Amino acid sequence: MKSPIGEVIRGFMSLVTGMGVTIRQFFKPNVTVQYPHASLKMTGRYRGHIELVRDPATGLSLCIACKSCEKACPSDCIAVEGVKRDGEKRKSATDFKVDFTKCSLCGSCVEVCPTDALKFSRNYNLAGTSREAYYLDLLKRLQTENK
Amino acid sequence: MSIPSFIPHEKMSDETFVLNLGPQHPATHGVLRVKLTMDGEYIARAEPVPGYIHRMHEKMGENRTYAQFLPNTSRIDYLSAMHYTHAFVGAVERAARITVPPRAEYVRVITSELNRISSHLVWFGAFLLDLGGFTPLLYAFDDREKILDLLEGITGSRLTYCYYRFGGLYNDVDADFLKGTRDFTAYMRPRLDMYRALVTDNIILRKRLESIGPISAEMCRKYGATGPVIRGSGVAYDVRRIEPYSVYPEFQFDIPVYPEGDCMARYLVRMEEIVQSLRIIDQALDQLPEGPVMAEKVPRVIKLPPGDYCYAVEAARGRFAVRIVSDNKDIPYRVKLRAPSFSNLSLYEEASQGMMLPDALALMGSLDLVIPDIDR
Repeated sequence: MKSPIGEVIRGFMSLVTGMGVTIRQFFKPNVTVQYPHASLKMTGRYRGHIELVRDPATGLSLCIACKSCEKACPSDCIAVEGVKRDGEKRKSATDFKVDFTKCSLCGSCVEVCPTDALKFSRNYNLAGTSREAYYLDLLKRLQTENK
Repeated sequence: MSIPSFIPHEKMSDETFVLNLGPQHPATHGVLRVKLTMDGEYIARAEPVPGYIHRMHEKMGENRTYAQFLPNTSRIDYLSAMHYTHAFVGAVERAARITVPPRAEYVRVITSELNRISSHLVWFGAFLLDLGGFTPLLYAFDDREKILDLLEGITGSRLTYCYYRFGGLYNDVDADFLKGTRDFTAYMRPRLDMYRALVTDNIILRKRLESIGPISAEMCRKYGATGPVIRGSGVAYDVRRIEPYSVYPEFQFDIPVYPEGDCMARYLVRMEEIVQSLRIIDQALDQLPEGPVMAEKVPRVIKLPPGDYCYAVEAARGRFAVRIVSDNKDIPYRVKLRAPSFSNLSLYEEASQGMMLPDALALMGSLDLVIPDIDR
């Protein structure tokens, strides 16, 4: 049987040890990053919403409107339309829309793409006031980037 | 006269009242509702009412292809996403007879164990928060942040990783990850000593947890409780040992078991598991083979031969099993998800009977419930 006085002393010492940990922490440097004034670097493989990749030769999208991404998407949030223009061997996209309200950033579309025409963006500052702000028109984004 | 910490059922008075704990209560860690019939401060009956965050994950599995269901698996128990994805890809690989390259298996073990540590750190913080200690949460989240940064570096995501693929991995690990993981295991061990000094040996915590919420091994078996709950009741049940999967048989690790069955035993099991996970990670890093991380012949559209397939893993909360029934289509006929939190919650009604309300909340915290996992 433990003596009650011994237990009180041991108990008190355990509290002092715990307090010692807290006090040591008190003198350690501050690591908080003051967002939005400063922000951390995003990792290379960060999965943001998808974006179209530009063909370095033509400056246009690499997308061939094969609709693989549309089929692979578990949330049904991609809509692609394409036409075969005269003199071209393959189709090119005329419309590439993503409903980001449904997207779960799984990346299935990026993986199935046969021409590697899709990539993840580094955009994580996503806040909006309307649902429509998240209906992304990727072709339009690519064109406005051109300018 | 001292106040009893427990009143047996036959001594309860008839004058009871009903108290709703949840669905919006911080101590239930989500939208779990527990209908408490109280005799003063004592619980006459606690009836858990799950279902507030039911998302039909099993049904969703039955109306989409295997690859399309894969992202769902990391959203069932968002704190141990790696294990859940592992169980699902494991079941499909077993059925389709896909051999996973050894490097992929080792990386799976490393990432799974990192995920287990981060899950236990969240539990550690949240459990002590339930008991009224705020500071340990901040220490735990500091360490967890390091794991999340490591995993974000290779998977691109901080919580819902979805890193495993049928036949391997999403992508190979880089040198930064391997070095970062080595640094982390070296960093984490002294931190565990710090946790011991700060929390585990603390007299207030000991008095608060010891002999509170006893769960017998018999009760665990009756309700199918697994994971740290059954190991805290003296049964060395761990899927990594009982039904070895992946490359776990190649590693040396102990199964921590505490026979007391009280909240402190479950606490100590989880703290010891962090040590064992660090041990496994170190061994896996030492033995990590070179080679591809994806099997060569994985069909683009997966179609499983007709049959009934099961794959179980040791998730952070216990045994998680996926059962797939296939009828030779690209969409499964049935997907059954056996979630550990659901079984662990089932024993709550019996275990909490006669306990004081604050003790019953300590018991609930020690079960480490994740509500989306219960409801699925």
